[in-house]
Amino acid sequence: MSRQIIVPFGPQHPVLPEPLHLDLVLEDERVVDVIPSIGYVHRGFEKLVEKRDFNNYVYLAERTCGICSFIHGMTYCQGIEQVMGIEVPERALYLRTIWSEYSRLHSHLLWLGCFADSFGFENLFMNAWRIRERVLDVLEQTTGGRVIQGACKVGGVRRNIGSEKLAEMNEGLGIIRREIEDLTNVFLFDSSIRHRLKNVGVLSKEDAYHLGAVGPVARGSGVNVDLRKTGYAAYGKLKFEPVVETAGDSLARCTVRARELFASIDMIHQAIAAIPEGPLDVKVTGAPEGEYFSRSEQPRGELIHYVKGNGTKFLVRSRIRTPTLTNIPPLVKMLAGCELADVPVIVLSIDPCIGCAER
Amino acid sequence: MAFFEMAKTAIKTLVQRPATIRYPAESAKKTEISRGHVTIDESRCISCGSCQRTCPSQAIVVEKEAKTWQIDRLRCVVCRACVDVCPVKCLFMDTQYTAPMVTRSTETVMITYVKPVKPPEKEEGKA
Repeated sequence: MSRQIIVPFGPQHPVLPEPLHLDLVLEDERVVDVIPSIGYVHRGFEKLVEKRDFNNYVYLAERTCGICSFIHGMTYCQGIEQVMGIEVPERALYLRTIWSEYSRLHSHLLWLGCFADSFGFENLFMNAWRIRERVLDVLEQTTGGRVIQGACKVGGVRRNIGSEKLAEMNEGLGIIRREIEDLTNVFLFDSSIRHRLKNVGVLSKEDAYHLGAVGPVARGSGVNVDLRKTGYAAYGKLKFEPVVETAGDSLARCTVRARELFASIDMIHQAIAAIPEGPLDVKVTGAPEGEYFSRSEQPRGELIHYVKGNGTKFLVRSRIRTPTLTNIPPLVKMLAGCELADVPVIVLSIDPCIGCAER
Repeated sequence: MAFFEMAKTAIKTLVQRPATIRYPAESAKKTEISRGHVTIDESRCISCGSCQRTCPSQAIVVEKEAKTWQIDRLRCVVCRACVDVCPVKCLFMDTQYTAPMVTRSTETVMITYVKPVKPPEKEEGKA
């Protein structure tokens, strides 16, 4: 047996968008074990719930993550609505779905860019982010915020999208779709990229299931889980199939996200076609008493917001379980046995969002 | 397997105009509803303090006696909650961001609102 050495990876590393620290135990160039540690950006969101009015906590819940902020806010609102038995108007549910899917588009495009950067393809990285800018423009035009939308509230949504704007969005999606096709063709068919990603960081279906992988990591390994199939918001009324790949390597996870872009665009088209007229919100009176586990599908996987109220306007407990946190054990499994040079690609392939994981 | 998949996009972007803008020399893209920063019409504020109570980041301080409205721009998360809650609609959301600052400071606005004197009811009744 050769001598083992420990190489620290992160919290500052060129490929990492956020601070994650991994101690890589190496034998020559091969990684034999990984010790992950987090805790660099903890902000105490869950404690803050005791000090803020439950209606105003939405703005904080949204700021848990800078990429999938809308879905965080929506999941929290769903939890409160279930506890209080609020019936959200149909139009608000459809608008939430549309904004969620736009968030997914922008998150996946961001990830594709970062991923391209992790294997040194600068040009592709910039092209992915150029398309993402179109998605962000739509989000800003409809909600007023580029990344922190602030469009969701307990009992409905804060903003409406007019029918003209919806038609314009429908058209704009056509342009985005064509550009995304050009982009994903590079990811899926370019020989150098396939060579770089194939059989790197393989996670078997059993491991993915037993280690609790969620989202594209699980679906890339052939586990068919997609929380949108539970039919929250307006997803129950849209036709879609979860994107599942079976190879379980970095290329499969990349393919899942690339194909999900098209699935999202289809869903937005369907939602725009089916959106009913009606009120945007209902008046919220009283205070939540009871508890609820609210679940939704974030771009990175299953997100859980647990809320517990005692009949006052301050909640007594909030617990947020983010997908990145549950994807760290599968990441450790993927890294064991890989080459040191593959570590950046594998770490990026789970789409780490540490800000969200530590809250 | 394909080669030169990227060539088409790369050549296209070579002849296109840049996708970026030269901020801050050129102004940033803004829409009508963009959230930039909160402004106040000090002549209409009734010092009720609703904005202070609703602010999730506790950036606003309203002092009734001193007649001041203070905001810590670095604490403010630009969520628009105060604008929505204001009963006299004296708060507005400006679309431009605030200028960068190097020290933490609060911005104080003197409230100039004067409560109108109620016309004596008796005289109204006679007239």
